Amino acid sequence: MTTTQIFHDTPADKGFRARWWTGRVAIYAVLILWAAICLFPIYWTISTSFKAAPDVMKGHIVPWVDFAPKWLGWRSLGMSPDTIGQESTVRAEFLKRFWNSAVVSLSASALAVLMGSLAAYGLSRFSYKFGFMKNADISFFFLSQLILPPVVLALPFLVLYKEVGLLDTRIGLILIYTLSVMPIVIWIMRDQFASIPTELEEAALVDGLSIWGAFLTIILPIALPGMVAAFILSLVLTWNEYFFAALLTSTNAVTLPVMVASQTGSQGISWWSMAALSFAAILPLIVIGVVLERYIIKGMAAGAVK
Amino acid sequence: MSEGDLLHVVTADRITDQRRLAGRFVIWGSVAVLGLTALLKSLQEAGTISLPWATWQPVLYAYVLFGVCLCWGQVILKGEQGKRLVFVLPAALFTVAMVIFPLIFGLTIAFTDWNLASLSGRKFNGLDNIRQMWGDPFYWNAMTNMVWYVLAIAVEYAIAFGLALLLNAEIRARKFFRVAFLLPLMLSPVAVSWMIGKSMMELRFGPVANFARWLGWDSPSFFGSAGVARTSIMVMDAWTFIPFMMIMILAGLQAIPKELHEAARVDGASAWQNFWEVTFPLMLPVSITAILIRVIFKLKLADIIINVTSGGPGGATDSVTSFIFREYRDRSNVGYGTLLAMVYLVIIVIAMTILMKLADRWMRPRY
Repeated sequence: MTTTQIFHDTPADKGFRARWWTGRVAIYAVLILWAAICLFPIYWTISTSFKAAPDVMKGHIVPWVDFAPKWLGWRSLGMSPDTIGQESTVRAEFLKRFWNSAVVSLSASALAVLMGSLAAYGLSRFSYKFGFMKNADISFFFLSQLILPPVVLALPFLVLYKEVGLLDTRIGLILIYTLSVMPIVIWIMRDQFASIPTELEEAALVDGLSIWGAFLTIILPIALPGMVAAFILSLVLTWNEYFFAALLTSTNAVTLPVMVASQTGSQGISWWSMAALSFAAILPLIVIGVVLERYIIKGMAAGAVK
Repeated sequence: MSEGDLLHVVTADRITDQRRLAGRFVIWGSVAVLGLTALLKSLQEAGTISLPWATWQPVLYAYVLFGVCLCWGQVILKGEQGKRLVFVLPAALFTVAMVIFPLIFGLTIAFTDWNLASLSGRKFNGLDNIRQMWGDPFYWNAMTNMVWYVLAIAVEYAIAFGLALLLNAEIRARKFFRVAFLLPLMLSPVAVSWMIGKSMMELRFGPVANFARWLGWDSPSFFGSAGVARTSIMVMDAWTFIPFMMIMILAGLQAIPKELHEAARVDGASAWQNFWEVTFPLMLPVSITAILIRVIFKLKLADIIINVTSGGPGGATDSVTSFIFREYRDRSNVGYGTLLAMVYLVIIVIAMTILMKLADRWMRPRY
């Protein structure tokens, strides 16, 4: 017994399905193309750190097919398997810069999140009056720091830091980085606090907590995701900062971007070690980007949608 | 922001005269300490007295002490009201110390002839710096470049909007694509300038150069001629910052209720109409915010230029920031550099104010 198909797709439906499929294919083609554009430079850097001179010159791309991976780049940094146990001045230098970057960016972000959150909370809950400045003016004063280009402060800071003895110190960098990310923190946190209903604190106050008690025990835990987002975003910006670090440090407090930049300038530097160095410098942020992507997106989306 | 506190607090603070006196004492005492330290240090600078202080650091400590005492004094003086001030005071004091003071100090050095490399020190030279700036072709060239760089944001915005639409469509592996698209933003501009500018765009064997050759461009030198070099810098900067606009637009797209699109489809709107007459107008406020923030970041553009071209060829890629950076690095010319930066700041503030006013007008829905 043969079954006959009762319902048929009309030619119009088939046309629709074909259009749907071409649409799908086009969407994925563009997505994959852009993903390749985003990821290829990172891949290129990783693979170059395993290449020898001829492989770089010939523009080889695929490992094991085009070229045999070697530990050349990582050996020059003192971080390949055979040199990791030995003394290495380059590695010591690299680790020192890495440590500087870590200390500076972590403490600057922490400081900015601390002061910025307090200010944002105050501005979202109470009305202030400093002379002629009301709340809106104070908010604008903080956020307007975002417009200030770093170059305006750079030279005065150079002179002032020399006078104060903060030139080429980590504290000096921490202070200026805190300043540069604080508007962003306030921007994010103001949004975050505005979305928390004041009834929560009112209940806490009725139950006998003080303002600060209510803030610390009730509001902070609720606002924590926003604070993490602000912290991560600040971390990314401060870790990557180059301009101030290049101007205000010379030997002791040099951060990773300055080290990478100083290597780029010299002609004798080999491709593979430069690639290894670049990759080591961006690796922490790639890890943060992959693991904490949710928070970064949350931070950047704050303020975009009201 | 409306007048009056959102959070009303009723407290029975009984502030006695004695307490008020103590509060005033704490605040004015710290002011006195700050003033005294500054005075002593300036006397030492003038050579009147000798102190073991090598730098102005004690004045800095005195300022921190003043900040702490000011917060503490507010609580003593005003009780519960003072405790509210403590939320904003640290950030405000910090910002004032780090911005207002250096700005004023910057103004005083902007009108001097001060070369850190020369021994003669600082000399007031009136309007000479302004005259020199007026006749400095490289500075105005850098300004024109900034206009080009800012205009490139239009293209970045179009690409970012397209990508955000794609990510908002019903696709598989959305998380993978989102992370992949976000990654360029994580990379430091310095690393990017090596990875892309110095290595991938390398004339002889960089993959981008090879690709351009395959497309039929014989000698793909990306930093040889003025126009091409500027475009290359724009592309690199766009590569790092497109994710930023994309995420903001994506957040906006996700906030649009689905019902609107359904209603439009029921009314017979085509896909294009659905985008152009529903999505795009609804996205206008988000778009303008994203573009404004992007403009602000673009005006600070320097790292990539300093590291890839250092302004070349012939200043074609210079941004104002990278130009002033080199003015200091090569000639240690602090006075002139500061004046250039100050003028830049004034221009930026005027331009941004106009932009924000215009944006404000556009953002109001026109019904």
